[in-house]
Formats: sequence, C-alpha cells, structure tokens
Amino acid sequence: MGQLISALFVMSIGVLGCAVYFYGSNLLLDFCFPTKNRPHLVIARNLRITNTIRPWLFIGPALLALGFYLIFPVFDSLRLSFLDRTGENFIGFDNYRWLFSSAEFFESFKNNMLWLIVVPTAATFLGLVIATMTDRIWWGNIAKSLIFMPMAISFIGASVIWKFIYDFRSGDDAQIGLLNAIVVFFGGEPQAWITMPFWNNFFLMAILIWIQTGFAMVILSAALRGISEETIEAAVLDGANGVQIFFRIMVPQIWGTIAVVWTTITILVLKVFDIVLAMTNGQWNTQVLANQMFDWMFRGGGDSGRGAVIAIIIMVLVIPIMVWNIRRANAEMEGR
Amino acid sequence: MVSSANTRSPLTFVVHLTVLFLVVMWTIPTAGLFISSIRDKDQLSVSGWWTALSASEQRLVTRIEIPKDQTMENGVYVIRGNVFTQAGDSSVQQFGYSSLKPQAFEAGTKAQMKRGKTLIVQANGDYVITSPKAFKGRGQRVFYTAEVPPRFTLDNYREVLTSEGLGKSFINSLTVTIPATIIPILMAAFAAYALAWMKFPGRALMVAAVVGLLVVPLQMSLIPLLRSYNVIGEFLGTGSKTYVGIWLAHTAFGLPLAIYLLRNYIAGLPREIIESARVDGASEFDIFRKIILPLSFPALASFSIFQFLWVWNDLLIAMVFLGNNEEQLVLTGRLRELLGSRGGNWEILTASAFITIIVPLCVFIGLQRFLVRGLLSGSVK
Repeated sequence: MGQLISALFVMSIGVLGCAVYFYGSNLLLDFCFPTKNRPHLVIARNLRITNTIRPWLFIGPALLALGFYLIFPVFDSLRLSFLDRTGENFIGFDNYRWLFSSAEFFESFKNNMLWLIVVPTAATFLGLVIATMTDRIWWGNIAKSLIFMPMAISFIGASVIWKFIYDFRSGDDAQIGLLNAIVVFFGGEPQAWITMPFWNNFFLMAILIWIQTGFAMVILSAALRGISEETIEAAVLDGANGVQIFFRIMVPQIWGTIAVVWTTITILVLKVFDIVLAMTNGQWNTQVLANQMFDWMFRGGGDSGRGAVIAIIIMVLVIPIMVWNIRRANAEMEGR
Repeated sequence: MVSSANTRSPLTFVVHLTVLFLVVMWTIPTAGLFISSIRDKDQLSVSGWWTALSASEQRLVTRIEIPKDQTMENGVYVIRGNVFTQAGDSSVQQFGYSSLKPQAFEAGTKAQMKRGKTLIVQANGDYVITSPKAFKGRGQRVFYTAEVPPRFTLDNYREVLTSEGLGKSFINSLTVTIPATIIPILMAAFAAYALAWMKFPGRALMVAAVVGLLVVPLQMSLIPLLRSYNVIGEFLGTGSKTYVGIWLAHTAFGLPLAIYLLRNYIAGLPREIIESARVDGASEFDIFRKIILPLSFPALASFSIFQFLWVWNDLLIAMVFLGNNEEQLVLTGRLRELLGSRGGNWEILTASAFITIIVPLCVFIGLQRFLVRGLLSGSVK
C-alpha cells in the first residue's frame, strides 16, 4: 500500500510538472507581451513577438527530447564505434574489422536475414488471406478480434506461451507441451524443438508471426474494403473466377498498403530482441543482431565500441525503408 | 460488395472451416496458458492442459507417521490412516512399499513385507500396516498410483503475487506506464499543433525528420544514452536508474509516432474553425486548449492506447534504464527472471505470464475500436 501511494505521488509530480510547463510558459508569454487593452502599435508589436516565440514553446520540449534521445545518439553511436570498449581511446576501424571476421556476427546476420524473409512474408500473406476470408462470413468480425488479440501480448509473455507449447519431456513421461503431444498422438518421436539447430529459428519466428498477423489483417482488411465495387463487378461480368479476381483485381489495387504492412513488420523484425532473449538467448544458432548487440552492451562489463558497431549495422539495414517512408510522406503532403 | 457476390458459392463452407481452423490456431496458445495457470500444480506437471477436465493418474508417495502410543490388535502392532492429505474423491489404483516397484500391488490386496509386516491400501486411500514388533525409526514409505479428479485452484496466482513478487512488479509497471503514456501525449499534442498550424522557419524539415525518426532503431540510442545517464546520475547523485529517467526515455521513443499521428489528424481539421478563432482574438494557446484538444480526442485516444501497450509490454528499455531490484523490476523483467530461475515450474510461469498480459488484454478488448483507427492512420512504426 505504501508503495502504491508513493508511486501515485511520483506519477502526479511527473505529469503535473509537464502540465505546469505548458500552462506556465504560455501564461508567462502572454503576461510579458500582452495583446489586449494596449495601444494598437504595442499590440501589433507584441503579437509579432508572441507569434515568433510561441511555436518554440509548443515544440521545444519535443525537440529537446527527440534531439537528446534519438538524434544525438545516432551520431554518438557512430563516434563510439571507432573507440575501444571503454569509449575513451580511438582505435580506428578495429571494431568493424572484428565484426566482419567474427563467426557470431555472420550467424546473427544470417539468422536476421532469415527472419526478414520469413516473418514479414508469412504475416502479410496470412493477414491478407484472413482479411479476405473474414470479409465473407457473418462471424468475420469476431474471428478478426480473436486473431488480432495476440497484438496486445508482450513478446516476453508470448515467449512463455510458446515455450509451454514447445515444452519437451524426455523418456516415457507424458508430454505437456502441445506440439509434442500432437507429434506423439500421431505416432512420432517427441523433440526438443528449441534446441534443434536451424529449424529452431522457425519455431521462434512462429511467435512473431502469431503476434503480427493480426496487425497485417486489420490494415489489409480496411484496404480491401476501399476497393471500388465496379472493378470487381466488371471482372465478374467478364467471367473471372474468385482466384483471378483476388490476384488480378484486388491485390494490385491494395499494393501500396501491402508494402506499408510489409515494411512495418520488417522494421519490427530488425529490432526483435525479447523473443530470442527469452527463448534461447542466442544459443543453438539462433542469435540475431539486436540480441547480440544487447549482449555486448553488458558482456564483461560492456563493450560500447562493439555494441555500437552492431547497432550501426541494424541502422544501415533500416535506412532504405526510412528514405522510402520520407518520400511517401512528402508525396502525401503535396497531394493534400 | 465482395461478400454478397460470393455468399452462396460452394466455397463458403471451406471458408468457414478455414477461418475456424485459423481462429483456433490463434487462440489456443493463450487458452492453454490460462487453463494451465488455474490447474493444480501437481496435475499440471504430469498431464497436458487439454486433459484438465479428466481425472489424471499421478504417482505419489507418502511416509507413514509412527504415533507415540502404538496400539496392538490380535497380537500385532497396527497403524491406520489415509494416504491422501487432501480430502477429495481421488482413488488409489496400485501401491507398493519399495521405490523400485511402486505399482506392485492392486488397491485392496495385502502386501507381505519383510519381518512379517503387512500393508493394505484401499482404493479410498485408507491404509492398515501391521507388524509383529513395535514400529520404530522412520516410518514406512508408501508409493501409490492415484486417480486424481481435476482440481482447479487460484493458489498459483496467490503464490506468484506474494512470494514471487509479481504484486510488487505490477505496481512498478503501473508507475512506469502511466506517466510514460501521459507525458508524450502532452508534448506531442503541442508539437503537432505547432507543426500543423503555426508558421515558423524549418517546419517542413521537422516534419520530414519526424517521419524519418519513426523507424530509427532503439538499439542506436541505447549505448549513448546509458553513458549519458551514468554521467547525469553521478552528477545529480541519484544514480542512473530512476523512474524519471525511464519516463523520459519512453516519452522520447514514443514521440515520433505521437507527433506523426496527431499532426496528420490536427492538420486535417477544418481551417475555418482555427481561422475564425484567430480573428476573434483568441490566443494560440486558447485555440489549442479549447478547440484543438477536444476535437483531437480520437487521435489522442488511439495514441495513448498504443503507447500504453508499448510501454507496458516493453522489456528492452526497462532492462537498460531501470534496476534489477525489488523496487524497480517491472512485470516483463520479472517474467524474464522467472523464466531463468523457475524454468521448469510451469504453474509459476503460466500464472505470472497471465498476470503480465491481463492488463493489455483488457485495454485491448475494451478499446479495440480506437486502436484499429490509430493503426489505420499511422501504420509506420
């Protein structure tokens, strides 16, 4: 109870502090440069001054936060990647040389590529299929809600859920993991799934696909509803069958949305960390870049140089999507 | 539209079945977790959760207590009792007196033991052990295979909430999440209004920068921020792991999406409303407070759900910017720790995991409408 009260206290201080800044700074501005009940010239001058200052009052905190937490670190990471583990001595390209000659990096890079190919493809495809099918049945909305639900579950919670499914009991003990129980039911041999090299990657990916399919489904379902009826009716009149309508008429019309879903999941996959940490912590050839980076942050007291190099690799992989996003946003704004 | 054209097609049946199959695939993992978390822990560890409603067969062992005053009947010493500690309708199938042959005798039959001792265990658990000499030393162990009826309990939850510290972590999670949801909304709403409706140099560049920052991986920020936090913490004497520190970190990492979503929404509000308020002499602050904020409620709600889910479910930032101690461990961090220390205790893990996911699930189910709307308007993060 005591902690709850102190937590509430700390929370209100934090939130209040923020509110006081916005309220106070704006009132202060209005107080210093009043725009009412003064001679016209003064009002005009004060209006000009407040109009110049106020945008910065509004946007200032956000700018500071973004600058300190996102923009400065990008450059600082770049700088640190040329320094040694303590971040004090310049060592040139040694970290990069280490990275490109380390087997661990190639393993995580390879796994990351596997994740990048499989997860966005599977999630988008399943999402599209489910969106199309649920639009045709009366209980489609309930089905969608249920498939969407894993979105709310944390990666670590999902990992526990799936670790339970993959659970393995050796010997003659009854299998309490669902997957092995099914295998045994059909007369197969139970397996320790998450220690099975190469294939264990796919068992880990299944978790992320399970989480992300709902996201793809919701977005694509909305896009499918936006398709104009005339095009489909025309295709029906021309004698196209369901599959043809889907691939030739519907998919091309929502191509843009598919790309957005795909890239969004791609970005998420690049940052995937919790699932690998919880399921294997990179053992049994399942390492990925984000987990390796986290590992180097703390391994043996932390190696900021090597950690930064891995972070930069992740950043480089994101840049094409970033450029594409900015272009798309600019095009949208011009169209407005 | 599409549906009406295909409702009567013979494929409809296949569609129903396929969707049903997919829904089952998607819900069964969570259902299994929940059912397991309310099962008796002895049953949970020997049988799958899908058998939760049928009786389970368990191999158990108990040690017969030797009473102080031993009674004699017909010239032999006798001890009577029941192997079941919990009253219920469990039934003994087989029993034995040696760990090598735990199923040597059927219930109700008499087992002849060494030194003339005998043991009978009935199906209802009543046992009778006799010996020609007085019992001494440690009591005889009885091994038995019992058919135990399904048993559901909240004990697992009681245990994780108290002795495993999840109750504490729950409050820690709330302490992190609530301010880390409200502060970015405030900051982003002001910034979004400025970016949408105020004129100042560098505005277009900032909008582009926000879109770019949407996808910057957190990993880029971790090491530099950890170093800065260490320096700042030392300077202020507070240490580097504080709640204020993690609020600000979550705030900043949520800001790009918040500004992007809100700016799109606020920029779409009708120009006439804002212009006429300006003509009436309202200050920008008043316009924001009295007109923009109420009108942007749907966008604010969408973002706050996102941010809430994201902060509550976050593990990475909590592990880097908060301590690993009782006072600061959040639910996700606690769950990760239990996964390491109690890896085989599924009764602990399932109950803990369910406590971790219950709040986001409720938020999700209750506010799905806003969430979907938010997703549709800014699916970039």
